[in-house]
Order: sequence, then C-alpha cells, then structure tokens
Amino acid sequence: MDSLRNSLRRLDPRSPPGTDEGTLRDGEDGRFARLRGSDFVESIPFWLPATLLVLLFVYGAIGWNVVISLTGWSGLGQPEYGTFTLEMYRQMPADQDFRASLRNTIALLIAFTGVSLVIGLGLALLVDRKIRFENAFRTIYLLPMALSFVVTAIFWSWMYASNGMINATLTAVGLDAIAFDWLGDPRFKLAAVIFALVWQFSGYCMIVYLAGLRSIPDDHYEAARIDGASTLKLYWRVIVPQLRSSTIGAIVVLMVFALKAFDFIYVMFGDNPGRSADILAVTMYREAFSASQWAYGAAIAVVLFALALTIIGPYAYTQYKRGAL
Amino acid sequence: MATETRDESGLSRTVSELSLGRVALYATLLGLVGLYLSPLYSGLTTAFKTQGAFTETSPLQPPIGGFTIDPWLTAGSELAFSMVNSFAMVIPAAVLSAVLGSLTAYGLTKVDWRGQALLLALFLAAVFIPYQAVLVPLRQFWSMVGLAQLHERGELVELTITHIAYGIPICTILFRSYYQTLDDELIEAARLDGASLARIYRKIVLPLSLPMFAVTLIYQFTQVWNDFLFALALLSNRSNYVVTLELNALQGSMATDYGVQMAGAFIAAFPTILVYVLFGEQFAKGQTL
Repeated sequence: MDSLRNSLRRLDPRSPPGTDEGTLRDGEDGRFARLRGSDFVESIPFWLPATLLVLLFVYGAIGWNVVISLTGWSGLGQPEYGTFTLEMYRQMPADQDFRASLRNTIALLIAFTGVSLVIGLGLALLVDRKIRFENAFRTIYLLPMALSFVVTAIFWSWMYASNGMINATLTAVGLDAIAFDWLGDPRFKLAAVIFALVWQFSGYCMIVYLAGLRSIPDDHYEAARIDGASTLKLYWRVIVPQLRSSTIGAIVVLMVFALKAFDFIYVMFGDNPGRSADILAVTMYREAFSASQWAYGAAIAVVLFALALTIIGPYAYTQYKRGAL
Repeated sequence: MATETRDESGLSRTVSELSLGRVALYATLLGLVGLYLSPLYSGLTTAFKTQGAFTETSPLQPPIGGFTIDPWLTAGSELAFSMVNSFAMVIPAAVLSAVLGSLTAYGLTKVDWRGQALLLALFLAAVFIPYQAVLVPLRQFWSMVGLAQLHERGELVELTITHIAYGIPICTILFRSYYQTLDDELIEAARLDGASLARIYRKIVLPLSLPMFAVTLIYQFTQVWNDFLFALALLSNRSNYVVTLELNALQGSMATDYGVQMAGAFIAAFPTILVYVLFGEQFAKGQTL
C-alpha cells in the first residue's frame, strides 16, 4: 500500500518534488492515512447501490448483448435462450454493408483522431503564447463541444448544402470552379463527416493539451534554454514528449466519440447513409432497430465493443496498474 | 524591443509590443475564430431571413432587406413540449448521478480495502463503453420491466433511470480524483472522535465537495441534454420525445426550410450554450478527466 500511496503522490502535480521516499507510515503523513480496512462494512452502503446499478446496466447489459447475438433472434417474438449459434458472426464477412461500415469506422477513427490531435495541439500552442483575451479565444474554440451532435449535424448540413456557406465562400473568393454538392458525392461524404467532427472536438484537444502544457515544470524549459535549444527543438524534444499522457487520454476519449459518431451521421443521412459514410454504429442500429434483425445487430455491437475494448482495455489496465485508481 | 517575460506557467517567451510575429499570431487566432463560428453565423443569418431574402442572398450576408423572426416562432412552438420533457429528464438524471457518484467515490476512496481499485477500473472502463453495445438489451430490459405500459410517461422515466445509471461511472471517477486530493487529517480526527462515516460525509466531505458537484452537474446536464441515441432507442411515443429527437423530426418535416431548422437548432442548444457561457471553467474541468 505504501508504494501505491507514493505513486499517487507522484501523480499529484501539487506535491513537492523529492518527497516520495518509501518510508511513510499511516498517520505520519495525514495526507495518505486513510480509514482502515476494518471500516469496510460501514462503507458498503456508500458504494454498493451505484456499483450494483453499474454492474447491472453496463456489464450485465454487455453480457446479455453477447447472449442475444448468439441466439439468432430475428423479427417478432422473443429470443430463444436455449439454442446458441455463431451464425450471425459467420454472416459478417459476406455482408458488403458490414464490411464497408467496418472500413469506414477504422478510417474515421484514424483520420478524426489524428487530425483533431494535431489541430488541438496547434490551438493549445497558439493560446499558450501569453495572449490577450485568452479566455475569450479558448471559449470560442471549445464552444462546439457544448453542442449536441444533432445540433451540429443540422448546422453542417446547411454549411455543406449546394447553396450553403462553404460554396458561397468559395464563390465569393472566385473559386466557384470547386464549389460542389459536398454531401451528394459518395467520395466526399465521409470526409465531410470527419471535417465537421474535427470542428467539434479540436477545442477539446486544445483544453487537454493546455492543461498538459501548464503542468510542465518551469525548470524543464529553463534547462533546455540554458543548453541552447532552439525554439523548434524545445517544442519537439521537451514539450511534445511531456504531453504523452495528455495525448493518450485524448486519444481514448476521441476514439470513443468517433465510435459514437452515430448521432451525427444518423441526423445528417438517416439510418442508411450509403456505403460511403456508413459506420458500424449506424449499421448496428439499422439492423437491430429498423430491420428487427436483433441478433445480427447485437453481433455488430459485439464487434464495435471489441474495437472499443482494444482501445479502452490497455488504458484502464495501465491506470489500474500504475495505481492511478 | 523584445523583453523576456514569464507567465504563470513559467514559460519564458519573447514578448514585444508590436512585432510582426504578434500581429501574425493575433491574425491567426482571429481567423480561427471566424472558422469556428462560421456554422453558427450561417445558421444565425439564415434563421432571421424571410423566404425572399433567403433565396436572393448568400448565407454570408446578414438578413438585410428581409428580416423576420417567424422561423423562431415556428421552431419554438414545435419544440416547446420536447424542451419540457428534456428538462423533466435532465434535472433528476444529473442530480442523482452526481449524488450517487459522490457517495460511491467517498466509499471507495476514503476507506482502504483490497479490490476497490478493481471496482474503480470497472467504473473507468464503463465511462468509455460505446452505447451500441447495450442498446438491444436495454430495449429488452425496459420492455420486460414495463414502466411504459404502466404509465404514458413511463418511457421518459425509463430513459431517465438509464441516464442515471450511465452517468454514475463518470461522476464517480471525477469525484474520485477530487477526493484523492482532500486532506485526510480531518477525517482521521473525526473518526477518532467516534464520528460515523455518514456523519463525516455530511459534516466534512459534502461541504468540501461543492466545487466538484458544480463540475459533475454541468457535465451531466450537457451530456444528458445532448443525448440522442438512448432517446432514439427507448422512446416510441412522440409525446415523450426529448428535444434532440424532436429536433431531428423537425429537420425531417422542414427539409427545405433552413430558417426553421437553424432556429430550432439554436433553441435546442440554448440551455447548454447558456450553461457553457456561465460556467465555462467548470465545463472545461469536467472535460479533462
């Protein structure tokens, strides 16, 4: 437990450096002296109700979803829990819609996350340059994050419309040659979605990176300066590596948002956006809720969940291992 | 003219009053402001234009020569009932997840026992789960429980309970990181004086938690208000529609009337924009887990 406490202390940016010797006992340093294990029974009413809700609604539901995917349940009536089949999973490789949506999901994950991080880091570096009205700039860049996908999808449908803002701007600056029906062409649908999502979430990346930038101790900059590092080198060698944990946290959150981009696509294109913009989340909803292919929808949800787990699992595990929990 | 200055982050930077670099920096920042606000700008100009002005002018132009508030009145009357439903859902959902999150984090942070870290890892993972993975069972579960058959508002109650359950993990994690920084000496002392855990919570922890309650309530308010997927999967009765769902329906029925769509989008977003503008600081804190 001492090592856990010390690692917690190291994670706490406010603790003074150099005090993490492993000799502290309970009570010596009130900060980490907690109530003992003997109070366990008394603590049960505090955490048990919520824990049961989470186990039932989250983990129970995930398990139940797996079971439903194995029943082959379709159409009317109730699923038969007696017989199990892998038929739903066998169907997937031959299903063109499924394959397209898996491809699009992965493309969306990579492009959306990568571009948002780069733009977010750029915004954070700009805003961190001791500017006037920093709060106002920050507020505006983060504002889209406060809006729902439904609202942003409606705004962006109008932005992309053939008589909308984007084409009007292109025409105004004499580029009417590339004005275009952006949502009408399959080649641009997914890119249009990604562009709008980056608009919505790059401000979030900025906030994460700003917090990261401001937790870097002064002496790191000073040491680099004394060593005669150029500004570019300072950023690349000193700042960017220290933003690693910010980046990892942001990647996890962004990827989860990307897997959820359902709302945005559903409001923009309905439950059948076509193979060019279909993602797993939409295919899952269409199969289960529109076509009543409940087991197949549940099976697609399992794939989606597995994809999320490959992202979340290592993150939650390292947080757990390093004692951040 | 360059002078070395330091700000609170301690980063030494070269700041001069009117250097070319500064001008370029502000030009970039302002250009980005334009880019980030352009969807809202085009929505706002469109929502105030008469049909005539809409067809004759570009979305870049303000609604001069054809100003109207009709789209706002139409969208407002269409969305009114769903705004009421959204408030009826979001207030209990946000408050109860925050309270349960606070109690859970207290129980799992301030008492040492093996296994609590594992539970917290489960809570953390639950924050990131894609809701598609639980949608079919949720629909099944609520049709079995059958609140919707018992009462015409039952669906809305089901949706609210769902939001409470799915809000708990993030609230617990947020409170947890806050409680880790709380000084334990007070709690230890109170314990030695024979105070119960409940009394310690009420007298010491709860009053100290108020800033974190602000953060979690704002976070949950925004999340629940903005939710579309759970509502879409669980609500079938139009009179129970929350505002995101009704806005989507409005978009479908007013496919060509961009003015009404844009006004509707602003009306639906107004509560979260207001919360964001009033409590920007706490909003940002909730985002950086």
